[in-house]
Amino acid sequence: MIRILRQMFRTGIATEPIAVANDDNVKIMDIKLSKTAKRCLRKSLVIRQVDAGSCNGCELEIHAINNPIYNCERFGIRFTASPRFADMVLVTGPVSRNMEVALRRTYNAMATPKLVVALGDCACNGGIFGESYASCGGVDKVIPVDVYISGCPPVPEDILQGILKIFIPK
Amino acid sequence: MTTLLETLMSELGGEAVANKHQYPRTVISLIVPKDKFVVAAKALKKADAFLTAEWATDETMLGGGFGIYACYRCDAQYLVVKTKVSEDDPTFPSLIKKYVPAYRFERQMSSLMGVIPVGHTDMRPWIKFENWPPDAWPLRKSFAASTLMPSVQGDYQWIRAYGEGVYEIPVGPVHAGIIEPGHFRFQAVGENIINLEARLGYVHKGIEKRFEVLSFQDGVRLAARVSGDTTVAHSIAYSIALETMTGCRVPQRGHWLRALFLERERIANHLGDIGAICNDAAFAFMLYQLSRLKETLLRTNRKLFGHRFIMDRVVPGGCTVDIDTEGKAEILVELDVLAKQFQRLVRIYEENPSLEDRVRDTGVFTPEIAKELCTVGVVARASGLKVDCRVHQPFPPYDSIEVKVPVLISGDVHARVWVRVKEIRESIRIIKHILENLPDGAIRTDISMPISESEGFAAVEGWRGEIIYWLQAGADAQINRCMVRDPSSVNWLGLEQAIKGNIVPDFPLCNKSFNQSYSGHDL
Ligand code: SF4
Repeated sequence: MIRILRQMFRTGIATEPIAVANDDNVKIMDIKLSKTAKRCLRKSLVIRQVDAGSCNGCELEIHAINNPIYNCERFGIRFTASPRFADMVLVTGPVSRNMEVALRRTYNAMATPKLVVALGDCACNGGIFGESYASCGGVDKVIPVDVYISGCPPVPEDILQGILKIFIPK
Repeated sequence: MTTLLETLMSELGGEAVANKHQYPRTVISLIVPKDKFVVAAKALKKADAFLTAEWATDETMLGGGFGIYACYRCDAQYLVVKTKVSEDDPTFPSLIKKYVPAYRFERQMSSLMGVIPVGHTDMRPWIKFENWPPDAWPLRKSFAASTLMPSVQGDYQWIRAYGEGVYEIPVGPVHAGIIEPGHFRFQAVGENIINLEARLGYVHKGIEKRFEVLSFQDGVRLAARVSGDTTVAHSIAYSIALETMTGCRVPQRGHWLRALFLERERIANHLGDIGAICNDAAFAFMLYQLSRLKETLLRTNRKLFGHRFIMDRVVPGGCTVDIDTEGKAEILVELDVLAKQFQRLVRIYEENPSLEDRVRDTGVFTPEIAKELCTVGVVARASGLKVDCRVHQPFPPYDSIEVKVPVLISGDVHARVWVRVKEIRESIRIIKHILENLPDGAIRTDISMPISESEGFAAVEGWRGEIIYWLQAGADAQINRCMVRDPSSVNWLGLEQAIKGNIVPDFPLCNKSFNQSYSGHDL
């Protein structure tokens, strides 16, 4: 136990302020959210992540925003297991044909307002996998998308800033 | 090794001919008549060979019919056995009686290529879902990649268990955490799992078909995205397969840089895995500490090589980024810090009794079963199998770098953690060696196009285990077929065996300790 405590004190606080993201990589659509909703979600956002056919590179970066350095929880961002609790669904991958139904069901299980973020080049437009017998070629072919974050995979600061930007009052 | 070939030749009664299209020449390749396909498997099984892959090709453009291939590894030797079947009668003898991994390989072949393994006991489709038309065989040339398949009605027959108190737990495809999708079905009595059946294929994106519309040069970008966490190893494997076909000689510095990237990838992923395993045993402290270390590695990658996972930096012919003296110094400093911090954390891991209670004797994967299932990589090494392509079939530069392979025999979660711990230490040593001995010169050379019908093969040890690529050039210097065998394709079978008799709450822990790729399996 003493070693654990010592290691904790030695490490201190690892969290860093997030670097400025590259604006070109984030595209926010016209989101209809009431002022109250924006205010509430800004400090407490619950996300359900769905891998709809990614190569798992994007997942690695989502893990990264949960690490102590990017520490997304400081912004009140939390990942949940159940879509019923989720305010946002974060989708990666070009939507493989075999995941299409599961993605639709997840989306339908969410309560409104349901925000959809397409994360990574694949999710934005199919990326290298394109559109084929096995790939739908992008999340917006299956469910409406509110935010596109591009990159292969997008770097953690782009992901965080992309999500947070939705709630900045204009 | 000639003895193996001789035994095989005598078993086959002189009916086997050498396949002249196969590169590199160090890989033995034989073409046998259809009825001898199993005979070869039988002889190889007797010689203690492992089945590493089995696949089919559509050879319409190369004279018609289908090619059925099986690849074996016997000690340090790879051997490819091919047989040809005609379009009218696409049947071939199944290998499942000799080799267990053939079970999934052949289901996949029949689902995606429409060739029929005679004697296979389970013909349920694999990867192909029940809502695909039954006659949709995407890997056939007659099937256009852009086909929009109609959705049909169908049902998947799960293996059932009956009896008093037996119940079923379906999990997935969307899991609770941030992981890839797959469906698991447990049959349990109380807390004890009596059987687990996995169903995968949710992230099938048609990668093998996609290769066929890309040029040889562009193929590497797709290979880098077969499984994002193994991007370097996949790029290297694809590149080597192509280079062997074209006789391209990659400059030494290019090879050494690749090894540098590969070992960095290994360390980063192992750090993440150990943390995640501890987290599943409710020891979150470790996850956060190790993910912090992992993050420092990724940042250095981005700074020096321009990408956090070093994606797209390995290309056929060499590498696209070099390292300078400052970069070297930076890595050396970083590794010293890493090694020290890691050591402290390992100590904490070792001295934590509640963690030990969870990881010891959990998810035991016995050496016998591991061997029977031809398991590879970390999982195999934790179950007593000494398999590592960096040693048994060293691809450059590992022919001149010594690698110590850790092997444990207990086969439990702890063993799989411990193999990773040892590999991290070894990789740190290897990186230092690489930086000290990095040859001078170019990092990349031009690559020509392979001649038609030639076939290239590569086996590379990624952090998960042995990755196999097999490339076949078409008549017009196009990719006719690119077969990708991620270690996950064989190791997933292992998880189903390791979990038997454990309790349901230990499943996440076991699954994490295997940590196989869904994307690499489903392709
Ligand atoms: S965007 Fe890139 S990293 Fe993300 S899933 Fe697609 S290929 Fe993988």
